[in-house]
Amino acid sequence: MAQAIFDEMGAPGGEIRQAYKTLQAWLGETPPEILTLRREEAETFFRRIGITFAVYGEGGDPERIIPFDIIPRILEAAEWRQISDGLIQRVRALNAFIADVYGAQEILKAGIVPRDQVILNDTYRYQMQGVSVPHNVFTHIAGIDMVRVGPEEFYVLEDNCRTPSGVSYMLENREITMRLFPDLFSRYNVAPVDHYCDELMRTLTSVAPRNCPGEPTVVVLTPGIYNSAYYEHSFLADQMGVELVEGPDLYVMDDIVYMRTTQGPKRVDVIYRRVDDEFLDPLSFRPDSALGVAGLMSAYRAGNVNLTNAVGAGIADDKAIYTYVPDMVKFYLGETPILKNVPTWRCSEKADAQYVLERLPELVVKEVHGSGGYGMLVGPMATKEEIEAFGARVKAAPEKYIAQPTLALSTCPTFVNEGVAPRHVDLRPFILSGKDIKVVPGGLTRVAMREGSLVVNSSQGGGTKDTWVLKD
Amino acid sequence: MMLARTADSLYWIARYMERAENLARTLRVTDRLSLMPSIADADGSEWHSTVVVSGSESGFYEKHEEATPENVISYLAFDPENPSSIRSCIETARRNARAVRTALTTEQWECLNSAWLELPGWNEARVRGSGLHRFLDWVKDCSLLFTGGTVATMLRRDSYYFTRLGTFIERNDNTARILDVKYHVLLPEHAEVGGGIDYYQWASILRAVSGYRSYNAVYREGLKPWLIAEFLIMREEMPRSLISCSAEIKECLDKLGEEYGQRHECHRIAGQLYSRLRFGKVEDVFRQGLHEFLCDHIEQNDRLGMEISRSYLLG
Repeated sequence: MAQAIFDEMGAPGGEIRQAYKTLQAWLGETPPEILTLRREEAETFFRRIGITFAVYGEGGDPERIIPFDIIPRILEAAEWRQISDGLIQRVRALNAFIADVYGAQEILKAGIVPRDQVILNDTYRYQMQGVSVPHNVFTHIAGIDMVRVGPEEFYVLEDNCRTPSGVSYMLENREITMRLFPDLFSRYNVAPVDHYCDELMRTLTSVAPRNCPGEPTVVVLTPGIYNSAYYEHSFLADQMGVELVEGPDLYVMDDIVYMRTTQGPKRVDVIYRRVDDEFLDPLSFRPDSALGVAGLMSAYRAGNVNLTNAVGAGIADDKAIYTYVPDMVKFYLGETPILKNVPTWRCSEKADAQYVLERLPELVVKEVHGSGGYGMLVGPMATKEEIEAFGARVKAAPEKYIAQPTLALSTCPTFVNEGVAPRHVDLRPFILSGKDIKVVPGGLTRVAMREGSLVVNSSQGGGTKDTWVLKD
Repeated sequence: MMLARTADSLYWIARYMERAENLARTLRVTDRLSLMPSIADADGSEWHSTVVVSGSESGFYEKHEEATPENVISYLAFDPENPSSIRSCIETARRNARAVRTALTTEQWECLNSAWLELPGWNEARVRGSGLHRFLDWVKDCSLLFTGGTVATMLRRDSYYFTRLGTFIERNDNTARILDVKYHVLLPEHAEVGGGIDYYQWASILRAVSGYRSYNAVYREGLKPWLIAEFLIMREEMPRSLISCSAEIKECLDKLGEEYGQRHECHRIAGQLYSRLRFGKVEDVFRQGLHEFLCDHIEQNDRLGMEISRSYLLG
């Protein structure tokens, strides 16, 4: 793996890469005061629109803005093609895997994925065993987190098959960039992303349940205004022109889901739910959940309603299962994986655990079920005490951890207090699977705003960038 | 067709914004009245009466012993424990707005969101003295922007009619209450009915509903209590009069009835409320007693609000 840090614009003082030449020239002719002004405008825009997210348990401003970096990240058409083909391939394999797990379990029988890793996994839902879903699609909206370490080297860091968020930032970031920098934008031939919501709507209607009586009624189910991604839920419902419902707006009678309207009950066919499995139906999962709908699972199994993403889809994005995704591509599709996995040590295996414990200071160690940058150790950034404490946790429950080498994430020019400087980035494109499978050219680029930091999560102070995919 | 919860939130957003505006208007009248030295000497009864007409007497006197200007402003404008304080109104409206963002236009949302963002900048210290008027103007502006934004940008269908219902049910109540201030503010013992102070009080009430100049445009014969009452109760050209509000409510309900192809008890009550004003005479109002008439109107309007909830909203 390349250890020198790859800068997507080109190393300082070195050759500027083709896609960035115009941007570089534009940065040269734009005084920093203008950039500062534009950044302030962007912040005002986000506040006014109310594009905020909540950060749990830290006090302070409950409605925070994710820092938006005004300098776009640019990907060439050819670079994108490779990514996009790889994403489609990967998500087809992930869907095949989930369908298999809740169906014939061929991959377990073949001994490719250990049965215990699946059946004993917290994300496995026995309630889904034998349930058939339209077009065999389980993860309708997938967000695949990728990192880049060289001109041609992209790695998948993590699959998000449950309720990946961030797509509203992809769309709003484009909106604001076009508003702030029309001159720069028009100098590039950028592939549009604003049809994402149309595609999403098409995807959702294409997976109407088998007993759907006609044109399907689609809704977005949100946990409510205190959820960290609430803005996105309302944004998507709005863009698709469908109702944004909360659990109490729905009820089930005779295995049919209805929403309460000003004209009485109305049947609901497809629920794009942004509520976690455990909270969906108090009769099947957590009985104390007030966010869900009693009887929903029964209606789902009866084929009277479809849920996107499917219940139990999380089995495919578990960090321990992640290591088997390249095998899934071969097993289900008979193809060679286009996108690479980051080499990963499974601490559930004795030799791996040993190796990891010896090299904690140089590795990234993650909790298998953690997300959002919580419960992880970035060895090279951690203090001795942190490493020791984390090592003890790994020793106590090795099966809960995986480890990866510290990747030299690529950097992109970013406007920070010191001026324009390189900062580490990742990329989350969104893949839509229904009757067909689609990727909108772009994604959410997350950027670690602090110098040298590799943690891009918004819950840890990361920001976002507009991501431009150029057309040929 | 829309979610009952969404309709309910729209209705209450509009009610809370209208309530905030009318509270601001009432406080303004009170402040003006208290500037009359002869009235101010009469132990500040106008501040007490403001508490009474805003319907928060019991809550207020649980917290405060005396209706001093500071106490009243603090309770009616800023107290987070008073669910109808201006602050609470704006916060509740914005919380509801967040929950139903998809049903609001960008203009409506931005107006509510800005109001909420600017709200912490206002506090008891900043509204001392002339700051009070700036604050009250700001509240009024926020509400007018919201109402104007609603009319100018919202699609004419159920969501619009539920929003407008909220505005007019609230205004119907509030105009009646503002008019009732006059009943509660007692004239000083030696002042003469129709005399200088009396005149000044009536003028303040007109100003509270932006009706001073309009009144003069309509009547051209000076301020007469029965004409002012007629103006605020029975003149349809006065947009804040009881009859205007009742007509708008009836109209909104009619549109909903058409759109949904079904009528409810609330339609009957709305029709009754409107006809009583449309075919009544102001002499009858005075015969019944202005205060009694207003109390009855407020009660009927409450009942109408409850019926609207029962038929369309969350009950």
